[in-house]
Amino acid sequence: MTVDSTAARQPRRGGTSSSGTKAAGGATKRAARAKKPRSSSSEPPLVQLLTPEGERVQHPDYDVDLTPEELRGLYRDMVMTRRFDGEATALQRQGELGLWASLLGQEAAQIGSGRALRDDDYVFPTYREHGVAWCRGVDPTNLLGMFRGVNNGGWDPNSNNFHLYTIVLGSQTLHATGYAMGVTRDGADSAVLAYFGDGASSQGDVNESFVFSAVYNAPVVFFCQNNQWAISEPTEKQTRVPLYQRAQGFGFPGVRVDGNDVLACLAVTRWALERARRGEGPTLIEAFTYRMAAHTTSDDPTRYRHDEERAAWEAKDPILRLRRHLEAQGHADASWFEELEVESEALGKHVREVVRAMPVPEHMAMFDNVYADGHALVDEERAQFAAYQASFANGEAE
Amino acid sequence: MAVQKLPLAKALNESLRKALENDPKVVVMGLDVGKLGGVFRITDGLQKDFGEHRVVDTPLAESGIVGTAIGLALRGYRPVVEIQFDGFVFPAYDQIVTQLAKMRARSLGTVKVPVVIRIPYGGGIGAVEHHSESPEALFAHVAGLKVVTPATPSDGYWMLQQAIQSDDPVIFFEPKRRYWDKGEVDTEAIPGELHKARVAREGTDLTLLAYGPMVKTCLEAAAAAAEEGKSVEVVDLRSISPIDFDTIQASVEKTRRLVVVHEAPVFFGSGAEIAARITERCFYHLEAPVLRVGGYHAPYPPARLEEEYLPGLDRVLDSVDRALAY
Ligand SMILES: Cc1ncc(C[n+]2csc(CCOP(=O)(O)OP(=O)(O)O)c2C)c(N)n1
Repeated sequence: MTVDSTAARQPRRGGTSSSGTKAAGGATKRAARAKKPRSSSSEPPLVQLLTPEGERVQHPDYDVDLTPEELRGLYRDMVMTRRFDGEATALQRQGELGLWASLLGQEAAQIGSGRALRDDDYVFPTYREHGVAWCRGVDPTNLLGMFRGVNNGGWDPNSNNFHLYTIVLGSQTLHATGYAMGVTRDGADSAVLAYFGDGASSQGDVNESFVFSAVYNAPVVFFCQNNQWAISEPTEKQTRVPLYQRAQGFGFPGVRVDGNDVLACLAVTRWALERARRGEGPTLIEAFTYRMAAHTTSDDPTRYRHDEERAAWEAKDPILRLRRHLEAQGHADASWFEELEVESEALGKHVREVVRAMPVPEHMAMFDNVYADGHALVDEERAQFAAYQASFANGEAE
Repeated sequence: MAVQKLPLAKALNESLRKALENDPKVVVMGLDVGKLGGVFRITDGLQKDFGEHRVVDTPLAESGIVGTAIGLALRGYRPVVEIQFDGFVFPAYDQIVTQLAKMRARSLGTVKVPVVIRIPYGGGIGAVEHHSESPEALFAHVAGLKVVTPATPSDGYWMLQQAIQSDDPVIFFEPKRRYWDKGEVDTEAIPGELHKARVAREGTDLTLLAYGPMVKTCLEAAAAAAEEGKSVEVVDLRSISPIDFDTIQASVEKTRRLVVVHEAPVFFGSGAEIAARITERCFYHLEAPVLRVGGYHAPYPPARLEEEYLPGLDRVLDSVDRALAY
């Protein structure tokens, strides 16, 4: 049933999908051209509701109807997220964080999808979903513990229905699927949203999660942020077909959305979550976006990508386009933007203060929570370690 | 009725039945566990009685099986996963090691992932490649996992239920060549602790320490040694992580000699860990170095050679003689 409705929808959206397949498949001039900065004409269609110029456009299948206040809310989310992300990058440069994975440029993908969620939905992120965490109400400073090296995760996933960051690529898509299978068992109508990148789409786990979610009709939405790069490797090194088209082979719909368009991301993710709630199974959303910063603060993108590429994407900046829209519609005036600027500065300051004050955990903490029911070896080694530590204290006392 | 004579396979089956009855959150999942009842029939009849929802035939993808089991556990379920054979756990090894083992610590103790992974392991059944391996040390090395293996039907019945009740992930190794050996199971007894070793035979001259499939071999060796006037104690380890070193120590302080026997390769095997720790604990009691008997540092051989590879009665008795000669 799911597959039928997909098939019925696909031709309309995917009118150029067959030509897209050809372009990716042949080792011809077309393939060579694909390596150049992308022109929209050779690409499969995107769901878009807001142009880079901030113009509202219609899409036959997906739409949202938002009040000016809601539009301002999305804008605020993106600005606050970018400010937080910028602060974390700066803190890494100042030596306060060991590493940072910036989301610069991906704010619309994350806020749009994140704001489509209901409280009882559950999110399984990778390591870059700072904007989604923001939407879930996770204290942003919680995200920094692992990058500062004071913990390896560090929050209770159940307090905001936001699972721990996952470093091993793709693993979390299976946890999301299993969790979604549990939701169905419970007779609940929550949905699960799993994030991963274009690089991770090559992992076996992601493909296995597609198999499991399709077979069990699990209420999970896969949200792939195709930011064009997996560290230094372009998407062409991961796939010969546009990623969203893979879904069809697993028996569920795939949609490519303009990942720099917060309205489109919201509309498509809402639609997919609703589908999941109705018991119609998984959806793959490919948010076509761009990682404007380095992969992480350890990365040097000048080794593998051109400045023109970034410049082309800067013109599609997700925050700028919503600002243009708000201004053109008269939904926000200069003083509103100024107030937001002040608010975001306050967030930056708060983050800075909290991070610098983050305590190094007690040494004994490394033995904590390894097991729920205890473990004789852990107990023994904890005692040995405590005695060893105490031996220094005694030495000082002498 | 409470005491029955059952083969290990049936005891495990009864144990799963009991777990499914007692706790609606228990879900049995794996390849062929439904209609077929598993390739070793350990889940025989369970799907018929509990339905496809509780006893789930999964897609053929080990990482997917364990990864989704983790997700189910995060949602409050207690998945009991069957890996069809020891050699096929490796596609899931990533999920087990990088995810399952660490999630509790990473969440600062706020989540639990009570997943049990059942793995039929070990050789001696004349199987083809990848069907006879003993990878227990690879799991015991990982903090966050518990590793246990029953040697008797009674332990099969009780330890599996205890593993399912544990809030920690447990790798449950089933000695496949002992599946058909019978023993008494008292389904109303009060079981011992899951991680406590058991003295399977008392003796005074030497301790043979074994687990899983090698317990029976060591009991046979002890009986043979007794005919030559040697009193050999046999300790069944039962739990490989954690290890009950106190019970081993008590035995070694009595007998002053220890031989560790397992099917897995000796090199970097669990015997190495036991030898090192017992040497530390019992240095002044030992009359001989701790000796190890096990597999070689070679891929598990083709079936026609496995009798040479596996520790049998003669190799165990040889080591008993060597230890006693010091
Ligand atoms: C299994 C695994 N292999 C390698 C890595 C190292 N690594 C971290 S991020 C990354 C690139 C990921 O790219 P993508 O999935 O597109 O996500 P992005 O970082 O671009 O958001 C790599 C190779 C890893 N974390 N996990």
